[in-house]
Amino acid sequence: MNFEFSDEQQLLREQARGFLTEYCPASVVRAVLDGDQDWDAALWQKVADMGWTATVIPEAYGGLGLSYYELAIIAEEMGRSAAPLPFSSSVYLASEAIQRFGTEAQKSAWLPRLASGECVATVAMAEGAGRLALGRLETCRSGSQLSGTKVPVADASIAEVAVVLARSEAGLEACLVPLQQAGISMEPVITLDTSRGHSVITFDGAQAEVLGHAALDPVDWESLLDGAAVLLAWEQLGLAETALTQARDYALQRFAFGRAIGSYQAIKHKLANMYVKNTLARSNAYYGVWALAEGSDELPLAAATARVAAIQASTYAAEENIQTHGGMGFTWEFDCHFYLRRAKLLSLAIGSEAMWQDRLVSALAAHSAAA
Amino acid sequence: MDFNDTPEEARFREEASSWLAKNAPTDDAFRTLSPLEQAKVWQKRKYDAGWACIGWAPEFGGRGASAIEEVIWRQEESQYDLPANFFLIGQGMIGPTLMAWASDEDKARFLPPLASGEEVWCQLFSEPAGGSDLAALRTRAERDGDDWVINGQKIWTSGAHYSDYGVIVVRTDPTVPKHKGLSYFYVDMKAPGVEIKPIKQLTGDSDFNEVYFTDVRVSDSQRLGEVGQGWQVSLTTLMNERAAIGGSFGQMDVSLAVSVAEEVEINGRPALEDAAVRARIANWYVQEAGLKYTGYRSLTALSRGALPGPENSIGKLVGAPKMQAMSSYLMDLLGASGAIADESLAAKAGIIQRAYMGAPGLRIAGGTDEIMANIIAERVLGLPQEPRLDKGIPFNEVPTG
Repeated sequence: MNFEFSDEQQLLREQARGFLTEYCPASVVRAVLDGDQDWDAALWQKVADMGWTATVIPEAYGGLGLSYYELAIIAEEMGRSAAPLPFSSSVYLASEAIQRFGTEAQKSAWLPRLASGECVATVAMAEGAGRLALGRLETCRSGSQLSGTKVPVADASIAEVAVVLARSEAGLEACLVPLQQAGISMEPVITLDTSRGHSVITFDGAQAEVLGHAALDPVDWESLLDGAAVLLAWEQLGLAETALTQARDYALQRFAFGRAIGSYQAIKHKLANMYVKNTLARSNAYYGVWALAEGSDELPLAAATARVAAIQASTYAAEENIQTHGGMGFTWEFDCHFYLRRAKLLSLAIGSEAMWQDRLVSALAAHSAAA
Repeated sequence: MDFNDTPEEARFREEASSWLAKNAPTDDAFRTLSPLEQAKVWQKRKYDAGWACIGWAPEFGGRGASAIEEVIWRQEESQYDLPANFFLIGQGMIGPTLMAWASDEDKARFLPPLASGEEVWCQLFSEPAGGSDLAALRTRAERDGDDWVINGQKIWTSGAHYSDYGVIVVRTDPTVPKHKGLSYFYVDMKAPGVEIKPIKQLTGDSDFNEVYFTDVRVSDSQRLGEVGQGWQVSLTTLMNERAAIGGSFGQMDVSLAVSVAEEVEINGRPALEDAAVRARIANWYVQEAGLKYTGYRSLTALSRGALPGPENSIGKLVGAPKMQAMSSYLMDLLGASGAIADESLAAKAGIIQRAYMGAPGLRIAGGTDEIMANIIAERVLGLPQEPRLDKGIPFNEVPTG
């Protein structure tokens, strides 16, 4: 039985945690949240210099050619520090989409620049309220022109290019769309978490090229989302761990009625519940990254399980961390709200809890039918 | 990551599985024996071949196997339909206590027949007035020459009615604070003055007992640890309890929930297509898979020669409430017929109803949900204990209800 990261991978974790502790303390998150910026560009440059944006991109395209195990470790640490960076958009989604679906020319054009971090990319999927239906997208490509509206799109204001999910006569497509062009108008959208910028993008005859040679099999897009779900689960787990640590530390130092509030069973049991959910989420995230890294056909089940567990753990920990802090937790001044914002934001990206519960049960039924 | 054995582990697994293939009882004659007789025959067969209590030292009847080898053995053994295990408490909890605290003479006398199943042991800890607050126990032992005389009552004692020996923690000094006045003995369950009354559980079964002690004499040589050190000895037993209970929640896994949801309908469609049903099933699977992969992480630690971390402490706290919630909901899906417990009429031969009625016991036995949450909060997260009103007060001055 070898269900653990290797010693080298553990070293990477220590390095990543040390790096983000130094360069991404809560004050960095706060500065973006308080300010006009959609990200911390200087931090992005440092992260790129560490090679993290290049982690799983093949060496032939300027990447490090490492495995998803390494990327999962970095994702957890990104979550732990709630880094105000477009890492999930650019690395888990856009780079992956180009790597999986792109033509040789597209990969050569974009992957080296994504690996080096000089280019940020994002993915535009959502078209408004409700669960995204791949069969009924309103964004359409005709010839080289794309029309439609995507909202909200994470990190669009800092991205050079977007992978836009659309339809054409050929069917479902992922289109590569440079974002600095005449056919595009972009407006900022205020979300729960303004430490990550979001936009509404209107495509009005925007120049677009199809990613890859042909229409996209919806199964392949879902497989991309499975991979992103695993990596997001690790990031959410990092958030959940920070929320638990904050709650615990506060419960030890805050006194009421002459004793630490952490000595009251009402608080202890709340924190024990957080620990239980985090532990389940961590073990399921192991299962997810194993399936992703090894190319297992269990990935749909493993990814959905990891995603649902991480959504539940991160939102619970973030909500109850604030509750544990009492009124202090409800202030702007305390950091608790960073994790509530980010946990909910990430829980809504790439489909929310109910969608992944649904996918989990479909995968479970398929898995047991095959067994 | 992979789920494969190391070469040494694979060799051990092969040795274990080939022995089991040749020796696991399958004949019909064996099945006519009583469950206890079956268990004893099987245990002795394992013992004679060196497959009983394999983690124990050879002089106590084991083979000095590593923790990961014990797990591999259990995995291989679980592939057979074997007799119920009547020796879990004795071998899992009391054996390690005897090893840590008994005299060499007693270890040599008692451990081998405990390993072989020839002698069965029970644990006499809980009392009517003290379960979660175990150290509030009232059964007393008074010194009389070289003997002690025990009077009082124990409760929830699994297997007392077929046990040969038991370990008991008693109060030997009521004038000091509660943890300091306890001592720990082993007793002969057939001794005069020991009276065993089965408890009828809400399920209708009787798995455990009340045990009354009336002027029961035990020799001072049957004491484990010093006089007044009973609490520390008890902790050795209790620490092994969590390892012994843990795991199994029978057939109540998510595949059963999927199967029921495929068979029953909501508004003319299989319940499995209903979004609310799917959300529940997904949540139980998250718990079930989370526990399974937590177990794999622990196995990996064992395989590398390390001790598993505290994450294993969540097994019962997650598993028992899940069993209750899932069996309750599956009965809801069955509608009024969900109430049918008759095995010949009930869906899934009544296991859902049995699980529902048994789950409250699992949430209590071996540490209630609330106590388990306290343990996680205190030992894993480092939170302080609740202030205790009986702290530092002589036991006989502590207020009682």
